[in-house]
Amino acid sequence: MNSILIQFAHPRLEKSRMHRALLSALPKNEMITVNDLYEAYPDFNIDTEREKELLLRHNIIIWQHPLYWYSAPPLLKQWIDIVLEYGWAYGPGGTALKGKYVFNCITSGGPRQAYSREGYHKFTLREFLAPFERTTTLCNMVYLPPFAVQGTHRLTDEELNSNLKTYSGLLQKLLNEEINMEFYGNLEYLNDIFTQRKGE
Amino acid sequence: MEGFFTQSIIYLAAAVLCVPLAKKLGLSSVIGYLIAGMLIGPFLLGFVGEEGKDIMHFAEFGVVMMLFLIGLELEPQNLWRMRKLILGAGLSQVAGTTIFIAAAAIFSGLAWNQSLAVALAIAMSSTAIVMQSLKEKGLMQSAAGQHSFAVLLFQDISVIPILAIIPLLALTVTDISSEHVSYLETFPGWVQTLVVLSAVGLVILIGRYAIVPLLRLVARTRLRELFTASALLIVIGIAYLMTLVGLSPALGTFLAGVILAGSEFRHELESDLDPFKGLLLGLFFMAVGASINFNLIAEQPWIIFSSTLLIMAGKFAVLFIIGKVFRLSIGQNLIFSIGLAGVGEFAFVLFSFISQLRITGQETTDMLMAITAISMAVSPVLMLINEKFLLVKFGVSKKPEQDADKIDEQHKVIIAGFSHFGSTIGRFLRANGVEATILDNNTDTVDLLRRMGFKVFYGDATRPDLLESAGAAEAKILISAVDSPETAIQISETVKKHFPRLQLLVRSKNRFDAYELMDIGITDIYRENLDTSIRLGRDVLVKLGFRSYSVHRAAQNFLRYDEEAMKDLAAQRHNMKEYISGVREKIGLQEALLRRDLDYNPSETDHAWDSDHLRQAITGKT
Repeated sequence: MNSILIQFAHPRLEKSRMHRALLSALPKNEMITVNDLYEAYPDFNIDTEREKELLLRHNIIIWQHPLYWYSAPPLLKQWIDIVLEYGWAYGPGGTALKGKYVFNCITSGGPRQAYSREGYHKFTLREFLAPFERTTTLCNMVYLPPFAVQGTHRLTDEELNSNLKTYSGLLQKLLNEEINMEFYGNLEYLNDIFTQRKGE
Repeated sequence: MEGFFTQSIIYLAAAVLCVPLAKKLGLSSVIGYLIAGMLIGPFLLGFVGEEGKDIMHFAEFGVVMMLFLIGLELEPQNLWRMRKLILGAGLSQVAGTTIFIAAAAIFSGLAWNQSLAVALAIAMSSTAIVMQSLKEKGLMQSAAGQHSFAVLLFQDISVIPILAIIPLLALTVTDISSEHVSYLETFPGWVQTLVVLSAVGLVILIGRYAIVPLLRLVARTRLRELFTASALLIVIGIAYLMTLVGLSPALGTFLAGVILAGSEFRHELESDLDPFKGLLLGLFFMAVGASINFNLIAEQPWIIFSSTLLIMAGKFAVLFIIGKVFRLSIGQNLIFSIGLAGVGEFAFVLFSFISQLRITGQETTDMLMAITAISMAVSPVLMLINEKFLLVKFGVSKKPEQDADKIDEQHKVIIAGFSHFGSTIGRFLRANGVEATILDNNTDTVDLLRRMGFKVFYGDATRPDLLESAGAAEAKILISAVDSPETAIQISETVKKHFPRLQLLVRSKNRFDAYELMDIGITDIYRENLDTSIRLGRDVLVKLGFRSYSVHRAAQNFLRYDEEAMKDLAAQRHNMKEYISGVREKIGLQEALLRRDLDYNPSETDHAWDSDHLRQAITGKT
């Protein structure tokens, strides 16, 4: 059985409808750990040892955060800078994270179609996430496509609920099944996991 | 009594007139005192007569005190580190100079035994003049200062064996005049040695186990004059013990100083004895000036001046070679060799001893005394010429070499007050590799902290002289962490007045103390309960379920708001002061503050990372 570590980064959760909903939709399972970074380190002074231990105890890591200016909130960047140490996560002897799976779970104000060559933002979401992808590859980890709840400004309750269901289903599936990279690697978004399978 | 008053007035007036004048002309105080002495001496104005010699004996005690103070600044481990320098440079200076001068004396027609005795005396340099001048110029920590000190220390030590050797040079056996026979000399040699060794041992034991507890006891009475009395008692007591067994009192007190250097009373002793030392040394220099026999010089000017020149040139040459061997840079070597080229005060003692033993005749002795006095008077002038003209050429003036030792000894930060508040600061700085000099006037605190390995000194930080000896002139930052607001204000005023360059960070009890401090122009004020209260309030909000990062920001914003509010209200307070006072003023300020708080509502205006707000804005538009 797999285990999931959600590295959650939101500087103002009390004002975020989406992330409060996403967190409450998580399956009740002891194999899922939520690490609330802004709550644990309000002064940005990250406890590296604690974080490394958490990473070692799980084999799937989710960076869950809002997309701010095409990137993550600063504490998550700080976390990457501090925790992924040379000689531990990468570089010579840096194999502690080898083979772990990582993906970003993102909320964005703009809708999915805005993130395309023709769309408003001119690049795909996956392209914006290139730094994260490259970071994980450098650390010998496997980067999966993102899960994203988009167009949040205008999202209706029904649309939100369907997103939550997909997220919850995705996590259950990741916990219980082997991860087949031939299947996962070809997805554009992890959101498509169930619709894609139907289409097959 | 009347005679005592007139004498005092003459000496004091001469000093008060001449020394500031010398200082004004850029000369060292030593020259000022010497000139004062010459003026009032029997050969110029004649205000003082032959009693100059007695006064010189008395004033030699200034040298004793100076060595005690020098010892205080030298911890045993530092002394141990200098052992090679002391032995190497010191021995080669004394031996080299003695051989050179003795050869010259034999050449000029003196017998070999006379030459050797005279040469040993001339090898001595003036600790009083050199150390005083080096200190005044802040050169003690430079390479030149260290080397000068090492050589002078060796000379002071070697006076003891020299006093033992000189009687052997008296070829015709004379009964030694009674005044120089110490009580000890009636015993056989091995007993003497034993007594001398145990006397030194006794000084070490007393220094280590008796003086510090005694001073602690005295310090608890909080009577400052009693502390000064104890300091004098220590120095005079040890000097007496040393003369009793026939050792140099200067050496004994130096030893005691070294032992007390590690104690918490170091700075206190230093600042208490410093004025005595200064006055006595001044008196000593004046006595030297007064004792110059101008009649003799007038009779045989050529011989005396050429001998002085030859002696100083010879000493200079030996010293310069030593400086070269010890790899001193040219500038440092000049300071070292020129300073020590003069003949020192110990030479007076040795010459009179030599004369009593009838090794040399009265006329030769008088001449040698005159030469010594002239060289003592000339050497500060030479040092000045060196500094003003020669060193400028080598580009070393005013830039003493920065050894690692200097940083080691003088800390950049001084913490006044080491109760809970100060000690937390001290621990934090120490954890980050910054060792502060700490001053506290509670002996129990000092005692405890010293056992824990802190560099804590006993003393009252409101005294400028104590701050001075704690290194306030060189330090960068002074932290006032004392409990009492009145003391904090006194410290701030003292520092602003005497050490305006020093950055001042002051702890204040509360907002009202802070206002008092702001009134005297302090800007870096730390209210002791502000940060803690806000931190506690922050934890309350987190326990109530607020997000900790939001609370963190709120706390920081509140801190900033509160500091600003304090500055604004400080201005209002002055207006308020005109019609209310005291307690009413405090209540008035509290009210103004609370009223101000009503307008402060950060959550209403803070929309950072607020997607709900953004959503409202976007959907509201459409």
